Amino acid sequence: MSGAAGDIAVLGAGMHPWGKGGRGFLHYGTVAARAALADAGVDWRDIGSVVGADTVRGGYPGYVAGASFARALGWQGARVTSVYAACASGAQAIGTARAQLLAGLADVVLVVGADAAPKGFFAPAGGDRQDDPDWLRFRLLGAVNPVYFGLFARRRMAVHGETPEDFALVKVKNAAAGALNPYARYRTAVTAGEVAASPVVADPLRLLDICATSDGGAALVLSSMDFARRRGVIDPVRIRAVSTVTPVYPRTVLDLPDIATDSAIAADPPPELFRASIARAAYEEAGIGPGDLSLAEVYDLSTALELEWYEDLGLCAAGEAVKLLRDGATALGGRVPVNPSGGLASFGEAVPAQAIAQVCELTWQLRGVAGARQVPGARVGITANQGLFGHGSAVVAVR
Amino acid sequence: MVDGWFRDGGADGFVLLGTRCADCSAVFFPREDGFCRNPGCGGEALAEVALSRYGTVWSYTEGRYRPPPPYAVDPDVPWEPYLLVAVELAAERMVVLGQAAPGVTLADLVVGAEVEVVPGVLGDGAATWHWRPVGAAR
Ligand SMILES: [Zn+2]
Repeated sequence: MSGAAGDIAVLGAGMHPWGKGGRGFLHYGTVAARAALADAGVDWRDIGSVVGADTVRGGYPGYVAGASFARALGWQGARVTSVYAACASGAQAIGTARAQLLAGLADVVLVVGADAAPKGFFAPAGGDRQDDPDWLRFRLLGAVNPVYFGLFARRRMAVHGETPEDFALVKVKNAAAGALNPYARYRTAVTAGEVAASPVVADPLRLLDICATSDGGAALVLSSMDFARRRGVIDPVRIRAVSTVTPVYPRTVLDLPDIATDSAIAADPPPELFRASIARAAYEEAGIGPGDLSLAEVYDLSTALELEWYEDLGLCAAGEAVKLLRDGATALGGRVPVNPSGGLASFGEAVPAQAIAQVCELTWQLRGVAGARQVPGARVGITANQGLFGHGSAVVAVR
Repeated sequence: MVDGWFRDGGADGFVLLGTRCADCSAVFFPREDGFCRNPGCGGEALAEVALSRYGTVWSYTEGRYRPPPPYAVDPDVPWEPYLLVAVELAAERMVVLGQAAPGVTLADLVVGAEVEVVPGVLGDGAATWHWRPVGAAR
């Protein structure tokens, strides 16, 4: 299903402010869920389905979410789903809710994601797990996530002639936007000099080029268009596409958590890279193109990675991302602001929540209620990220 | 640790070991012993193959923070930054990540330069592979 026929309504959006709050993930998710329900004007007992984006529960050997939030909000018998797709968990939760709504399995669905992130680098679960490539990259290579960000950045410097000073401008831009967002963890402006003065984490990237880990929660109340109409909501923000595509073999760009790429000797590489295919699938499903966008929310795990997204989203040709940035096109007030929320640079990562938080930002922007960071006249927005192990994630919302 | 990923000694010297599909000739590293992952193939006969010993630098980075467990470090040795190199192997048309050999510095690396695979040792004494610029001192 593509175009308006596949629309669902965003009735409510809610977040818990991000940071290091010292509470459990259930607290952040429940605060966000209650906020989304209040925003939607929907009683929790009327929710037909709850979809949770999974997190690791402290002390519990597993991934839990959907039922945990349902219990915290008060058992009421709703259909329940829990999804894990690393950084794409939130998008898959939205995708699951959308499929249920379009199939008529529910009229109104609550989507929740929240996390209380551990301190420092992300690390794999414990044990001696030599059959797990994610465990092996830490064990054998010390290949923490920022190492991959550093490899991407260095490759862009070699291929496109970019510089660490170019990368720093992404942080300056996103920090300026985040300073205007009450839900962001970091709410102060950052200068290029401050980025350059921060310690190197994974050369050529410095501490302020790389997003932190955070606590946070985000939630959405999604419904069928009929349900919205019955509630008197005539012109809601609509989700028109959810892309959850996988890569196409052979995948030829080294990416987390892999130790090697696929070999391209038995099959030619696909004409587009994985990240670009995530965006294309979303555009095709929504029946729009990059020229229709009012704004984009992308996973800026590192400053250099945000530049790559400009090209993968089709905002500019390969190698021209820095020009777009320097022209101010992707800043607030520019032609197509990217990460008007402040992005991960301002929020930090709370893995199961972030893809949902991106859609919260699109919702507020398309409603025109984003305050000082409002993109004037916003009509179409896209989110983009990817989950570890080959999970695509992009959502298109329209008004 | 990682049995069958590399082999030291013999006429070939030190080599990384992958597997090759008998049907489509796709190469896999780390080794894939069950099923070919080429969606147009479906082969199940995968034979061990030595990878090219030489390649070119695709990208590189220096990690300045000590990774969390399970990274193998010797607690009695002070923490030192370490280099990771992603190396493009022309014959296999693939990129393989590895640490740089001890003594290699950022200044020794440039994208496109030739490197070779050499034996290495992890912080806990386990064997591994390293990449070293061709012509660099041992
Ligand atoms: Zn095959």
